[in-house]
Amino acid sequence: MRAGFARFARNRMALFGAAVLLCLLLLVAFTPLIYPNDPFKLAGPALQPPGARFLLGTDTLGRDVAAEIAYGARTSLIIGVGATLAAIVFGAVVGGLAGYYRGKAETVLMRLTEFFQTIPAFIFALLIVAILSPSVTSEIIAIAAVSWPSIARLVRGEFVALGGREFIQACTGLGASDSRIIFRHLLPNCASSVIAVGSLLIGTAILLEAGLAFLGLGDPNVMSWGLIISAGRAVLRSAWWICTFPGIAILLTVLGINLIGDGLNEALNPRLRER
Amino acid sequence: MRLARFVGYRLVTAVPVIFGIIVLNFLLIHLAPGDAASVLAGESGAATPEYMDELRHKFGLDQSLVMQFVNYVTNMAHFSLGYSYRNDTDVSSLIVERLGPTCLLMLTAFGTALALGIILGLVAATGRNTWRDSVISLVSLVAYATPGFWLGLMMIVILSIRLGWLPTSGYDTVGAGLEGWAHVRDVGRHLVMPAASLALFYLALYARLMRASVLEQTGMDYVTTARAKGQTERRIMTGHVLRNALLPIVTLAGVQAGNLIGGSIVVETVFGWPGIGTLAFNALQSRDLNLLLAIFFISACLVVIINIIVDVLYFTLDPRMET
Repeated sequence: MRAGFARFARNRMALFGAAVLLCLLLLVAFTPLIYPNDPFKLAGPALQPPGARFLLGTDTLGRDVAAEIAYGARTSLIIGVGATLAAIVFGAVVGGLAGYYRGKAETVLMRLTEFFQTIPAFIFALLIVAILSPSVTSEIIAIAAVSWPSIARLVRGEFVALGGREFIQACTGLGASDSRIIFRHLLPNCASSVIAVGSLLIGTAILLEAGLAFLGLGDPNVMSWGLIISAGRAVLRSAWWICTFPGIAILLTVLGINLIGDGLNEALNPRLRER
Repeated sequence: MRLARFVGYRLVTAVPVIFGIIVLNFLLIHLAPGDAASVLAGESGAATPEYMDELRHKFGLDQSLVMQFVNYVTNMAHFSLGYSYRNDTDVSSLIVERLGPTCLLMLTAFGTALALGIILGLVAATGRNTWRDSVISLVSLVAYATPGFWLGLMMIVILSIRLGWLPTSGYDTVGAGLEGWAHVRDVGRHLVMPAASLALFYLALYARLMRASVLEQTGMDYVTTARAKGQTERRIMTGHVLRNALLPIVTLAGVQAGNLIGGSIVVETVFGWPGIGTLAFNALQSRDLNLLLAIFFISACLVVIINIIVDVLYFTLDPRMET
């Protein structure tokens, strides 16, 4: 793992991604200091183009677009990370059970995983949010519900591969309990590949969240990038800046996270290392 | 004969998937707060109490859950997907009339993404670590992180509003009364931006995968053999590597079919393209869940069909495949 991080640090693209993400985290941390007012509150005249007073302009209701984007960053990160964590936990349980117990359980669980991989993910997520009514929690549930299959397949594959190794057989021979083998030996050994794949899932989750919020399925009480864009659409002709800047924020964030993910994949997944 | 047996096998394995989608739809209806009647009629109370009672009776909500499920499956098996109270028509007919534009959009975007992605991936792999490779890799990294709907909006700002080159939205020029080739060209002009914003993400994906796949194949022994036989690099690439490198792309293309439908919802909404996506967006705005569920069901079936086509294609491409 340590050698992996050294390899990561030599990867310039990955370091650029890490720098972008660091800037974003700093922005999120200092948002309440820079913009102490509620981003939903009126800040000045409506539809001001970007300038000295409002760096990124104001929207139709005279809200500061820069403040909206700063608060939206927090929403995107919370939902992206929250949904990914939920997907990892659920996917690891399904994949772990299938890979450890094999047999019938494996067949049933993996068929289920394939099924959830087949159905159109975005429409499924959309339905879940629409049925549970839009909120941060239902967005996290919906995105996790469409993201877990890749983790399940990964964890199952790792468990099956590790199951035949001597150190696991030795544990079984020494009479270690199932839970001890799973939690002390198997899971830590697939942590690096789960981290690598999971980091890429965060980027996808943020894109999904932006799409949901753009269609009006975001939490109406929480500022988010998709929400700003969907509100700015109506005045696209006269006020291009409302839609433009949140999109750039999404692009940079997802790009940064993907670069980190690629770097982690190369550094931590030995099979990919030669490429 | 071998092919016929394979197709039959794939059709049989598709049945549990379709059944699973029906079960999932049923569960989603019951997940909603309130009873299914209020879900089916729409939340904001536009339905009359008589209609609600009729719905409850029609869907047998006083019956046991098992009976309800049996009824539901029977309805779906007859493709009776229900009634859209909001649109005052049968759901199936609403979807069928929107299927054409969506298929046009999806096929155009998919074809463009696949063709350009394969070419760009090939160019990047053959010129590995040159400026061509760097440029293509950088562009696909950025494209991979760009939300399609935002790209669409930016294209509207630049290509339609600033430059006036392309129409901002719709399927054709309303009231122009164009016929024949003039109409085809008109639709084509409307199609450019939606197809481009839908395609870009997949183009990036295929280019990245194609590059990796070609690089993996060029390290194989059979390439060394071909080179030892004295074949030209060009012949090795087109005759040997390309066919093998395409296999993972075909697999991925099938897997991505579902995401393509999801992406078209957002893109159609941006451009007012009169397809299933816009229908889904309108259903969402009016909380017409029955229509949404039907769209989910139809698009899931579409994905299953596409997957079968892809598998058959794979089967003919790769003679090593066994059922």
